[in-house]
Amino acid sequence: MSEQPGASPVIEIDHLTKYYGTREIVSDLSLSVERGTIYGFLGRNGMGKTTTIRIFLGLEDPTRGSARVFGLDSRKLPPEARARIGYLPEGHHVYGWMTVKECGQFQASFFPSWNQDIFETVLTHFRLTSKMKAGHLSRGQRAGLCLALTLAPEPELLVLDDPALGLDPVARRSLLQSMLYVTRRADRTIFFSSHLLSDVERVADRIAVLDGKVLRADCSVETFRRQIRHFVLKFRDSPPPTPDIPGLLESFRSDREMALTLVNVTPEIENRLDALQPQSIEPVDLTLEDAFISYVGERGEKTFFMNGKESK
Amino acid sequence: MSLVFSLSPASDIPIYRQIIQHIRRNVIQGQLQLGEQLPAVRVLAESLVVNPNTVARAYGELIRDGLLESRSGVGVFVAEEMRQVFSNAERKRRLDHAVEQLLHEALLLDFPLPDVRATLEEQWKTLQAQLTNRRKK
Repeated sequence: MSEQPGASPVIEIDHLTKYYGTREIVSDLSLSVERGTIYGFLGRNGMGKTTTIRIFLGLEDPTRGSARVFGLDSRKLPPEARARIGYLPEGHHVYGWMTVKECGQFQASFFPSWNQDIFETVLTHFRLTSKMKAGHLSRGQRAGLCLALTLAPEPELLVLDDPALGLDPVARRSLLQSMLYVTRRADRTIFFSSHLLSDVERVADRIAVLDGKVLRADCSVETFRRQIRHFVLKFRDSPPPTPDIPGLLESFRSDREMALTLVNVTPEIENRLDALQPQSIEPVDLTLEDAFISYVGERGEKTFFMNGKESK
Repeated sequence: MSLVFSLSPASDIPIYRQIIQHIRRNVIQGQLQLGEQLPAVRVLAESLVVNPNTVARAYGELIRDGLLESRSGVGVFVAEEMRQVFSNAERKRRLDHAVEQLLHEALLLDFPLPDVRATLEEQWKTLQAQLTNRRKK
């Protein structure tokens, strides 16, 4: 899954801005997704994730900036390009009056590349049978049907908008397995949004973090975890005032301790921690979820950007 | 080696490091024999339901540390001879760290030093015996 130098990205978003009326939904967003990657799109609700997805799929026009898919302008995607994209929208809508089998036949009529084996394999994973009425399915089963309908045309680019919403743990695991199965072929790309950071950590090559309409990280999961660090400083007496350190995300103080969560820690910053003359400084590892919450939390400045041009 | 083991993604230990710990434990305890082939990256990734790059990274670090070796075109194997790739200072640092953890635990459980020493020697002998047996095979 190494990036081929010179190969053009599958998704390219360039200075994208979107207003609904006077309300800015997405602000000057730029990112690109290389072929063959599983790309996790993270951010709290209402941060413009779905809007961004709808724009690069050509379902809405940008106010400013542009989006390209397979190198083509999203505003004028021809049907042949759309046929190479699988899109699973939020909410998993189905035609309730059709049976599972009819849903498949209906969808298959739009896609010359329809693969009935994949359709049936995914149905089996979610314990669905062809006679079931789509309108009578549980939420998890409906998600399974929608996933089967999206995967069966063997799309080159799979776009999943919060696919795990409402799924039980077993169905979520089936979803992750399906995602890994799809990217067995190195030319397949997945772009998905999610709030389940443990799932994201399992499968994503890279993540983007949207916060307050702005992109605040575009890097590997590992880089994200490594860049956000938590230190517990112990003092003999009450700790000194919280220092004004660049990159401070969160701080907590107690009688004899100060706990700091920092991003982009440099040796100079470590020196400044030493200069507070604590009895001890203990670094504490954070889970991806803790790191994420600190990073997009209410406290702290929001001027940091994590960019991963890291080597492996 | 069992292909299925429990990862905890909610853990503060990154997934690739959990895989490293699992493989190291398997080699020391003998579930993985010296010279034995490991599952292909993609096979292990699919059974653990993780990104293949994560498994590749774990293998890569273990190869760098000398526990595994890569034979081009064939696969990844447990090294026949444990190469020591660390400097003496680094080996000492790692040992100190491990012993510190052990002693913290012993102190909290209120064991005196002779008990700790006796347990150490007992388990050392068991592990040595296992290792010698495996070399003979």
